[in-house]
Amino acid sequence: MLSRRLVLWSVFVVLLLALPPVVVALGQPFYIDLVRRIMIFAIAAVSLNLILGYGGMVSFGHAAYLGIGAYAAGILAFYGLASGWLHFGAAIAASALVALAIGSVSIRTSGVYFIMITLAFTQMLYYLGISLALFGGDDGMRLKTRSRFPLLDLGDSLHFYYLVLVLLVAAVYLTHRIVSSRFGMVLRAAKSNEARSRAIGFSPYAYRLLAFTIAGAMGGLAGALLANHTNYLTPDFMHWTRSGEIMFMVILGGMGTAAGPVAGAFALLFVEELLARWTEHWQVILGPLLILSVIFFKRGLAGMFYKPDA
Amino acid sequence: MQRARLAPFFMTLILFFEQLLNGVQLGVMLFLMAAGLTLVLGIMNLVNLAHGSLYMVGAYLTIAAAQWTGSYWLGVLLGLAGALVVGMIVEVVTLRALYARDHLDQVLATFGLILFFNELVAMIWGRASLYSSLPAWLQGHVELLPGSIYPVYRLVIIAVGLAVAALLWYVVTRTRLGMLIRAGASNRTMVAALGVNIRLLYTVVFGFGAALAGLAGLMAGPIYSVQPGMGELILIQVFVVIVIGGIGSIRGALVGALIVGIVDTLGRAFLKPLLGSVISPPAAEAAGPALASMLIYLLMAVVLAVRPAGLFPARG
Amino acid sequence: MLEVRNLTKRFGALLASDGIDFDVREGETHAVIGPNGAGKTTFISQLAGNLVPDAGRIVFAGEDITRLSAPRRARKGLGRSFQITSVYPEFTALENVALAVQAQSGHSFRLWRPARSDRSLIEPARKVLNDVGLSSREGVLAANLAHGEQRQLEVAMALATTPRLLLLDEPMAGMGIEESQRMIDFLGSLKRSRITMVLVEHDMDAVFRLADRISVLVYGRVAATDVPDKIRRNDEVRRAYLGEDA
Repeated sequence: MLSRRLVLWSVFVVLLLALPPVVVALGQPFYIDLVRRIMIFAIAAVSLNLILGYGGMVSFGHAAYLGIGAYAAGILAFYGLASGWLHFGAAIAASALVALAIGSVSIRTSGVYFIMITLAFTQMLYYLGISLALFGGDDGMRLKTRSRFPLLDLGDSLHFYYLVLVLLVAAVYLTHRIVSSRFGMVLRAAKSNEARSRAIGFSPYAYRLLAFTIAGAMGGLAGALLANHTNYLTPDFMHWTRSGEIMFMVILGGMGTAAGPVAGAFALLFVEELLARWTEHWQVILGPLLILSVIFFKRGLAGMFYKPDA
Repeated sequence: MQRARLAPFFMTLILFFEQLLNGVQLGVMLFLMAAGLTLVLGIMNLVNLAHGSLYMVGAYLTIAAAQWTGSYWLGVLLGLAGALVVGMIVEVVTLRALYARDHLDQVLATFGLILFFNELVAMIWGRASLYSSLPAWLQGHVELLPGSIYPVYRLVIIAVGLAVAALLWYVVTRTRLGMLIRAGASNRTMVAALGVNIRLLYTVVFGFGAALAGLAGLMAGPIYSVQPGMGELILIQVFVVIVIGGIGSIRGALVGALIVGIVDTLGRAFLKPLLGSVISPPAAEAAGPALASMLIYLLMAVVLAVRPAGLFPARG
Repeated sequence: MLEVRNLTKRFGALLASDGIDFDVREGETHAVIGPNGAGKTTFISQLAGNLVPDAGRIVFAGEDITRLSAPRRARKGLGRSFQITSVYPEFTALENVALAVQAQSGHSFRLWRPARSDRSLIEPARKVLNDVGLSSREGVLAANLAHGEQRQLEVAMALATTPRLLLLDEPMAGMGIEESQRMIDFLGSLKRSRITMVLVEHDMDAVFRLADRISVLVYGRVAATDVPDKIRRNDEVRRAYLGEDA
């Protein structure tokens, strides 16, 4: 069954697979780094899309999990533990736990309160990160040893790139299965019409909490990857403006679609890259661009290619 | 000297008193920000993340105007007016398009505004902290209690803040505008249905909020660092205030602001030594500041668990 | 099956429900009528679990549900259709009903298998759609259905939860004459299959054809509860409805 959607995705993956040899041949290996970074953020965006795009939970605190994942890897490395499985496992577990804690309090609220609370909790974690003088405090710290995996060397630019690509595809696929399942339907129904959902017998809280936790865990994975990518981690990973950026990727790309967050990540980060080359004050241009895109561009980029998942 | 003979307990009491005043001063500034934001949120149902930017603009314009004119008072006047004008422009150009949109869109668009303003300010004045000077009569100290000298300026801030609170109380409870504001906060559509000029009301309310934010910003200049991004640092605390106080309620904003200001300040001052007397000093050294910075968020979580709509929600 | 005693609800100074006593026997169709502002919606909301009463008790199938949340009441067999159409606009009619079926099939913590092809959801949903008469429209997005079809979908969703008692809040709201007739016929067939129903309606034709008993709500109080013939001749009811068809 070769649906249009599947074809487009395959083309996209093939392009990404082919990118490294092509850019190396063209003498621009820098693009491997750039696209790898974009893919890592795409994973974060995919995780946010689960709760924001499909679940309707406007979490302004998603960057927290990037930070937790990064610090999990960083702290383990600090103490000499280099196993990649440990790094990534701890990143995922720690993020899931924190997401569970934050979610259990926040999901009882809704609307504006939810936005402000998730924002506040993220800021709380940010301040916590700053006050941990042992781990660099404000300045953050180097990743002492990269996450070590049996056959892979994350220090190798190419190995790492393909690992991230595989994880991105896995993340997209996993999210796709989740939102099409019974669980996903409850989530989407609760977003679409909460009163109706309650009237037929759904109590959305537990489902939303689980989705929130899963999204946090995936964000943690992205964080561990990011730490390996930059070789450095700072509390800025969980700064709330980061949360805003990831939200933008989800919205810009098209909420509630599988491709949306990926498209949004590529679009936003490419635009940032281009603008940054032009002027160091690129945010003064990006800001109004974002405003305009919100005001005029409602359905997002993915909406141009196909209708959102019904 | 007299001070050396004072018992340590007495000195701690003085320290506590000074920190309490600091807490009230912070609270008062949070109130100025929270009042505008909670009204805009309650009446216009608009989440405005760029409120912090108006605070920042107030601080920067005041410093620039004071330098340009050489007069502190002119600086204050022009800075305040500038913040008001910038607020109006933002409202007309951007926010008008957002009133009908959902909160998510508002959050993202005003986030774009933050990026814009922070960078604009950095382009004009650079990223380093600016120095803001005070006229001589505001620079002094005053002895409030024997052995306790306290900066005049902070007392002035408290006075100004309480004066504004009193003014707001008067406007909201004794004037027709205030009645419209209270009605609008609890039932927006009804006010519109009554034929009130909603556009004008919105503009007035927003202008009010912008002026208050600018005032907070210009007062903050001399004591906090003036740099790009300063607005967002205080904004998050303002959110905590609003969540605790309840959306749309000025009374909630005042109570919430004072609570947050006092808890935060006292926490930062006393948590570490308090912890140090219970657990080992090196552990307190690490845990103290961390816990202190988390204090107001934990407080927020507790309040929400008991009162999900805040302490004094405008909509019952 | 349903017993309501002394249900009271205040909104500030307004007494929306004033000590309502109400009961529904198994298999009965009990209609609730009353002029606008009588408090019918408030009453239904309290029955469904969207409003917590200030005083009084609600007992459903022998169980006190007064403090139970709406989802739990739904899972215990209290189905509800809304006065203002409340479906899932971006899902198809079939998916809408399938969701209602899913809500009653235990927990939904299944994260892997697609729901869209789950036969244990689709088959029952198809059957209900068929009963309601929407089979031909099963693949249409709910937002694109005609108003009358959406009202049918409302009822279908309530039915798909295999309820023991159906709360129908003005099922014919906004329907034309033909559509109303079809809905009345359908509700009649439900009645014949012995489903217990509480019917809030303005359409007197429907009420008098379907109801076994009628309760008249005026200013938050039950002015009268009786068989349709007696209600028709009741003076107090006539007074309350002065100017309306009775």
